[in-house]
Amino acid sequence: MAGKAWRSAILNLLRNWGVWLGPKDKLKPQEVTWVAGTVKREPPQPRIFTRGMQTVTLIPGDGIGPEISSAVMKIFEAAKAPIQWEERNVTAIQGPGGKWMIPPEAKESMNRNKIGLKGPLKTPIAAGHPSMNLLLRKTFDLYANVRPCVSIEGYQTPYTDVNLVTIRENTEGEYSGIEHVIVDGVVQSIKLITEQASQRIAEYAFEYARNNQRASVTAVHKANIMRMSDGLFLRKCREAAEKHKDVKFTEMYLDTVCLNMVQDPTQFDVLVMPNLYGDILSDLCAGLIGGLGVTPSGNIGANGVAIFESVHGTAPDIAGKDMANPTALLLSAVMMLRHMGLHGYAKKIESGCFDTIRDKKVLTKDLGGNSKCSEFTEAICQRVRDMN
Amino acid sequence: MASEDDINNAIMAIRRNGVALKGNIETNHNLPPSYKSRNNLLRTTLDLYANVMHCQSLPGVRTRHRNIDIMIIRENTEGEYSSLEHENVPGVVECLKIITKTKSLRIADYAFRTARAKGRRRVTAVHKANIMKLGDGLFLECCKEVACGYPEISFDSMIVDNTSMQLVSRPQQFDVMVMPNLYGNIVSNVCAGLVGGPGLVPGANYGEDYAVFETGTRNTGKSIANRNSANPTAMLLASCLLLDHLRLHAYASMIRRAILSTVTETRLHTADLGGQGSTSDVVQSIMNAIQSTGPQTLSI
Repeated sequence: MAGKAWRSAILNLLRNWGVWLGPKDKLKPQEVTWVAGTVKREPPQPRIFTRGMQTVTLIPGDGIGPEISSAVMKIFEAAKAPIQWEERNVTAIQGPGGKWMIPPEAKESMNRNKIGLKGPLKTPIAAGHPSMNLLLRKTFDLYANVRPCVSIEGYQTPYTDVNLVTIRENTEGEYSGIEHVIVDGVVQSIKLITEQASQRIAEYAFEYARNNQRASVTAVHKANIMRMSDGLFLRKCREAAEKHKDVKFTEMYLDTVCLNMVQDPTQFDVLVMPNLYGDILSDLCAGLIGGLGVTPSGNIGANGVAIFESVHGTAPDIAGKDMANPTALLLSAVMMLRHMGLHGYAKKIESGCFDTIRDKKVLTKDLGGNSKCSEFTEAICQRVRDMN
Repeated sequence: MASEDDINNAIMAIRRNGVALKGNIETNHNLPPSYKSRNNLLRTTLDLYANVMHCQSLPGVRTRHRNIDIMIIRENTEGEYSSLEHENVPGVVECLKIITKTKSLRIADYAFRTARAKGRRRVTAVHKANIMKLGDGLFLECCKEVACGYPEISFDSMIVDNTSMQLVSRPQQFDVMVMPNLYGNIVSNVCAGLVGGPGLVPGANYGEDYAVFETGTRNTGKSIANRNSANPTAMLLASCLLLDHLRLHAYASMIRRAILSTVTETRLHTADLGGQGSTSDVVQSIMNAIQSTGPQTLSI
């Protein structure tokens, strides 16, 4: 941003914090720079809420979505977290001109609150509209998909001590959806890599590493084969690394990462990569810690929008039977709290969840137990209340 | 392999002899795109369309998962490795992934033929056709078409991200897997890691007229070069595959038996298997095993 746009952004920021500058807001450029400089040098502070409560858009989703969403709301209430939920439905509607879009109330709520929590959405096959996730991604320009994969003590997998984060570019790459049939029997799919998107994701990866005290960022690529495209991605990562010298930067071929990941996942910290590799590697890492039922996920968009979600399916076969496991959505909500700077509440709820799982007394069926979703939720609520 | 001539001479030699044993050639990915990967050039020029990797759990090698027996058949010449890239506008790069009906049918047929020949019961196609509807959709169609001709072999398909998740939780469920180039790269590296690492699994590249054998995961191992600590098992097993290809089965079995008996000896394990053995010790042990149990070849 330059000039006027920057100035108004700074003025809005100051107004949000209750600082009013003069009757006519005629600021000299130097004053704005001075304020911006001060703001930039501040370490990340928790957001100052005018009423103490932050409103978050909640999208319960389909299938088991509503039950796990209410489980999360109960647990947040037990923890006395300063979160107010605004429920919205995102079933696609056809706008003027026949273009599919999410309902305007949902869009307005999200743009206002900036933070969202989303349950699983189903994509009906013959509905004619694109996948809901794709629609959300395009509407809010969700360019980064962040998945922290941490081994859950108490939920045994062959891999222990996993503690890594996959950051995946979410808008372009192999999933641009640009395909053509050249001649009968010959199909061409286009993988798109742009300088802007690569720069954005690389910068985000280093920012994330810095804000979350992670030691290193590894760029995953296949530049030996895809010289120009992955080469561009790699160059942007290197440039971002130059600006963040406090975080270590390494590059590794995709095949080497896969090979080493299944032998020793502890050697990895933050991984940043284009869309396809990210899709596969993030699911691989989710498999290491126990699957999609226990993995949190966050999508970061432009303009400060962030939507946290559970990435498992809607599980229509167990919907409404009080059998669902809310862990994935709960851990995503914890990730959301950390994003908002509410680290105390995040730790409290996360510990409640992990302690309950470690205890093994009350577990849902997929975690190896026999309890109902409501029992599991109540066990976590009890632990959280005891911590208050 | 510094110049164009070197790789061309190598290709000519392979054309003359029909078979080759190959190590991996390093590609400097900081060089401009005009400098293509030598390995890829070799594969596409000789049309070595099928890359076969058989990952098996070996007794004596400690891994997190046991009883793995997966045969990975990967399309080796097209897909994402077509090396067709261009920058239309500065900062916007397009990379083309090509899927053709001919090559997809060819690799699917190779997979089913191999499954039949080896008595395997199930072939799984790995794809991402929900996103790449035309490209991977075509690949999947071709696999389904070929599957009809092999009714005794069951065929199913799985999306690649789910496949990776399943591989690290329950790899025993897979039998034969067939897939396009890039997914093959990922899946074969994951499977190699699951059975013990890059030092153990051989790989084979088959074409209509030529065959080239190498280590399965195609690593140069630059960081451990010249230290006498590399694991020779993968390359030696690749050479056994070469002998099998040349129908010298007796020699192949003899050497393979010796290799597998050495790999179960924990005290000889090289660094990649968690031991401190040296390459030369392993090779010597294999030679001893051959000499003590093999036929007296000098009597021919």
